[in-house]
Order: sequence, then structure tokens, then C-alpha cells
Amino acid sequence: MTIDALWPYVFIVVAGWLATDIWRWLGVLAGNRIDENSEMMNWVRAVATALVAAVIAKLIVYPTGELETSPLWLRVGAIAIGAAAFFAFRRNQLAGIVAAMAALAVGLLALGA
Amino acid sequence: MDAEATIDEQTSRYWFVQGMRGLWSLPAIILMLSFVGFAAFTAEVGIPVEQVMFMTGVVWALPAKVILVGTMLSGANLLTAFIAVTLSSVRMMPMVAALVPEIRTRKTPTWLLLILSHFVAITAWVFAMERAHQVPRSGRVAYFAGFSTTLTLANVLLVGVAYFLVAQFPPIVGACLFFLTPVYFLSSIWVSARHRVIYWALGVGLVSGVFFHEVAPEFDILLAGVIGGTLAWAAERHWRLRQAGSAP
Repeated sequence: MTIDALWPYVFIVVAGWLATDIWRWLGVLAGNRIDENSEMMNWVRAVATALVAAVIAKLIVYPTGELETSPLWLRVGAIAIGAAAFFAFRRNQLAGIVAAMAALAVGLLALGA
Repeated sequence: MDAEATIDEQTSRYWFVQGMRGLWSLPAIILMLSFVGFAAFTAEVGIPVEQVMFMTGVVWALPAKVILVGTMLSGANLLTAFIAVTLSSVRMMPMVAALVPEIRTRKTPTWLLLILSHFVAITAWVFAMERAHQVPRSGRVAYFAGFSTTLTLANVLLVGVAYFLVAQFPPIVGACLFFLTPVYFLSSIWVSARHRVIYWALGVGLVSGVFFHEVAPEFDILLAGVIGGTLAWAAERHWRLRQAGSAP
């Protein structure tokens, strides 16, 4: 294997594997000792959640591939319908997912995708 | 070996298999569909299948992989990619720290927990936190190991197969599978949240993700996480302290 062929794997190992497993290992070591109720922990939770939320927002607002040409209002509308079903069925995850996906599929079909 | 050790081993084997059967649970099935969507996404953008399978095994967490692929596509340097991915994975630390006391016994070696921690991601964590208390403590590590390693291995194989099938799907199926990932994450965060600050951070993070993408697209996720998350934390804290202050 040449350096060029290996480079993507080095990239995945360093920026993917090490970048994620460091936190998992620290989590094990912290284990019982970490104070679950500290303000620092609250901040860590908030930042971690906001990061994942930003990823979600980007997937919805700036999709790639097949969804790229679909209108934004359809994607946001499908999320809204999914959220409505989620809460209507007492926070039922499956109901929310099915409703959101059905709304998107119907919308795409209606628009002739 | 004495009789007690034999019984321990039998118990472990039993619970490991019980954990493996979790592959057919709802969260695992939704995750597998999301991985089909991830395979479609990577096939679409042209990441070679060997690399997709490799990163599924070694990174495992889906949001981290989506960010990793994003940095690979944008030609970001290794340090930038590392920072973006590592910041998205900080949440692993509190997740693992909360899980470990749930499943370990006094005899569980730390090296085993370090290895098993690799298989923690949103789905395995939600599954284990919900069900571990139904398993006797001596079987919990085996139960989690059976579930999480099976789930990871199944998804490595799944992306390898799905990668070649998705091209033959009608476009609408590809579009729906792509959409499943954000919908699944959104609902998973909501149902697994155990602290109010999570809801605030989710709302602020969604808005700031779009805002920072418009303002500074190279660092959007990083900025949305640190600035948006800090804002959500400060606002929730302010609100919480005022509530506490106004109480008699």
C-alpha cells in the first residue's frame, strides 16, 4: 500500500477513532467519581447536545443527495408533523418517526420526485 | 475451577446471548435503517466502501461519522477534522460515566470496561440505560457486551451490503432514508433526555447550527456547539436560579 492509499485510514483513525474513543475512555475512568449534579456537568451536557443538534439542523436544512432538490418547507413541515405525532402519542418515538417519514414521502410523490 | 466460577460463566454466556437478541429491538432496527441511509449518503458522495465499513467499526457513533465524512469532503486538514469530531463526541464522556456504575460489579476489570466503552453510542446507551436494571447485576456487563458488539458488527456488514444496493433504490427511498437520520436523532435526544438543559440546548443548537452555517460554514458545528450550548446552559441556569430564588 502506498502512502496515498493509506492516508484516508490514518485520517479516520486519528480524526475518527481517537477523537471519539478518548471521551469514552475518560468516561470509564470518571465512572463513579464524576459529580453528576455539578454545574460543569450541566455545561458539558448543553454543549454536547447543541453540537448534535447543529448536525441535525444541517442535515435538515442543507441536505445532500436526493433531498437536495426538495423544497425546504417540505422538510421542515415533515419534521413539524413528526413532532406533532410524537407529542400526540405521548412521546412515542415510533409514531413521530413514521409520521415525519410519511409526510416527506407523500410530499415528494405529490411534487413528482 | 470451582462450582461458583462455572455458574458465573454460564450466567455470562446466557446474558450475552440475551443481549445479542436486542438486535431485533425497535431502537436497533431504527439505527440499522439509519445506517442504510448513511451507506446511501457515503455512496452518493463517493467515499470508498472499505473506508465506510472501517469507520463504522472504529468510530461507531453516527453523528461523529457524519461530521468526519463532512470534513473529508471539504478537504479539511487533520487537526480541524479532529477538533470537529472530538467536540461532537464530548457527550460520550458523561454517557459512559453514567452507564458504567449501572453495569459494573466490584469484580469487573477496568480494561474490560475500556474496551466495551468503544461500543457506546446513542442507541446502545439508551438501550442499556433502559433495560440494564431488568438484568441481575452479575449479568449486566455480559448483556451490554452481547448487545453492543453484535449491533456494531451487524452495522459494519450492513453498510458494506447496503452501499451497493442503494444505487438501485428509487430516488424517493434514498431521500427518505437520508431523512431518517435527523428524525431519529431528534426523537432519540428527546426521549433519552434526563435533564431540562438538554431541551434548551437542543432548541438553541438547531437554530445556531443554521445561523453559524450561514456566517462561518467551516466551523459551523463547532461554533454552534460551544457558543449555542453555552448560551442554552446560561439561559437555563439563569431561569433555574430565578425559579429557586422566587420560591418561598
